[in-house]
Amino acid sequence: MVLLLFYFFCFLIVVSAFLMLLTRHILYAAFLLLLTFLGIAALYALVGADFLAVSQVVIYVGGVLVLLLFGIMLTHQPVGGQPSAAPQTESRNLWWGALTGIGFFALLAQVIYKADFTSKAWIVSAESQKRLLNNSSIPHLGANLMTHYLLPFEIIAILLLVALVGATLLASRKS
Amino acid sequence: MLSLVFFLLFIPLFALAGVYAERKVSAFIQDRLGPMEVGRYGLLQTLADIIKLLLKEDIIPSLADKRLFKLAPLIIFVAVFAGFAAIPLTPTLIGSGLQVGVFFILAIVSLDVVGIMMAGWSSNSKYPLLGAMRAVAQIISYEIPTGLAILAVVMICQTLDLQSISYQQGIWINHYQHLEADQNYLFGLKPLGIDITLVGGFLTWNIVRMPFLSIAFVIYFIASLAECNRAPFDIPEAESELIGGYHTEYSGLRWAFIMLAEYGMMLLVSFLGVILFLGSWNTPLPNLGYLALADWTSGKPDTLWGQLTSIFWLFSKTFLLIFAQMWIRWTYPRLRIDQLMYLCWKVLVPFALAIVLLCGVWRLWMV
Repeated sequence: MVLLLFYFFCFLIVVSAFLMLLTRHILYAAFLLLLTFLGIAALYALVGADFLAVSQVVIYVGGVLVLLLFGIMLTHQPVGGQPSAAPQTESRNLWWGALTGIGFFALLAQVIYKADFTSKAWIVSAESQKRLLNNSSIPHLGANLMTHYLLPFEIIAILLLVALVGATLLASRKS
Repeated sequence: MLSLVFFLLFIPLFALAGVYAERKVSAFIQDRLGPMEVGRYGLLQTLADIIKLLLKEDIIPSLADKRLFKLAPLIIFVAVFAGFAAIPLTPTLIGSGLQVGVFFILAIVSLDVVGIMMAGWSSNSKYPLLGAMRAVAQIISYEIPTGLAILAVVMICQTLDLQSISYQQGIWINHYQHLEADQNYLFGLKPLGIDITLVGGFLTWNIVRMPFLSIAFVIYFIASLAECNRAPFDIPEAESELIGGYHTEYSGLRWAFIMLAEYGMMLLVSFLGVILFLGSWNTPLPNLGYLALADWTSGKPDTLWGQLTSIFWLFSKTFLLIFAQMWIRWTYPRLRIDQLMYLCWKVLVPFALAIVLLCGVWRLWMV
């Protein structure tokens, strides 16, 4: 059952990503991106990373995608008074893009193939103890963020604060 | 599974009753009678309206983006409906006992925004687009005070699991895993030395456990009104200026789905408010010496009596909140967009931030 769901979501991700590349309609691409993000969140949920799955939805769907859609809608100028003319893109660098994509895929596939995850010691031990799916990842995540990874965590916080203040400053500047 | 079937049937029923209640409440407030013609006291009025809606023609504007236009109401409804998966109905009945329940519902609310945007854009008409813009700007802004108010509760309860938060607010606290040894003290403060673990009632609700959470509750309630696009925050569908906002172009069944999602959203945020602040499915009556009111009005979690009483308390508190939502809608005028943003960013957010800070300090005293 889980395997079936896994393949279903993989299929969803791949198909929506592929269609996103093919469509020239920006808004369709954005909504297909929604499917990709949700599919990835579902994959996280399937491997027991509950917090990561929900974070994926909050950050990518609730934040990035909504901002993207908002940007397209606000900046879009109807062409020639015809409001139905949806914003479109033209495809450029088709061959280089395809080549980079396929090359990257080959590289990743090779690395994953060579890594041989099933024989890694910690995965074997976790699988034998059946702990992986029954425990939530939040307590460990929280404890680690507040101890081992406190400095990166704080740096990210400051970075976000700077971005926020900067955005406010840019928006409030009178031209 | 039971929870899924229950909500699938309950949300349409609630929408039926909710629309009727809304009309009667508004009529009472405006000193009218409301619907009186169909059935006794107009009880069958909404049923008649639904039948009319189902028989209506499904109009799709010829210049609309047809695929997105058809899909949008479904996305809006599914997003709201998915949120109910994490709502604990009784001590044992919950759709998905996931550890990140609160966070999941927050994520779902943001998914709803995408559907609204899709509806507004694909209608390809001025009013829906303006309505969608306003809706999204409003929902995104009010997610921040909502999130902060919820964060305050999470800091006090130290969990994102809605069922654990529920258990912590009543006399059955020790019946949940990881909470076997927990004690509740008055105002959550151990130094006061007043153990109320077996007293329960409203004294163990989060708004009393940490008194400042009552302010957080007010913030949450105001922000939740904005998240459901309810008056006085209904500028996205302000009927006097935008006709119907993002659902202006919809008719028939698709419009019914959007309405269903709207009432579903009211129900969802009210459930969440009750669970987080008002003791979830726990009884409001405390044990007072020989008057063991809490024991009498709430059964053990795993018994049938326990299920029935907890469902009764959860729903009565939720309906009370929904009544308050309707009451506010019919008494306050609509806010202007600048007043809306002022209220969010300059009033609610600073107060919510202060409460989060206070909760951190309070939590240190609670141990």
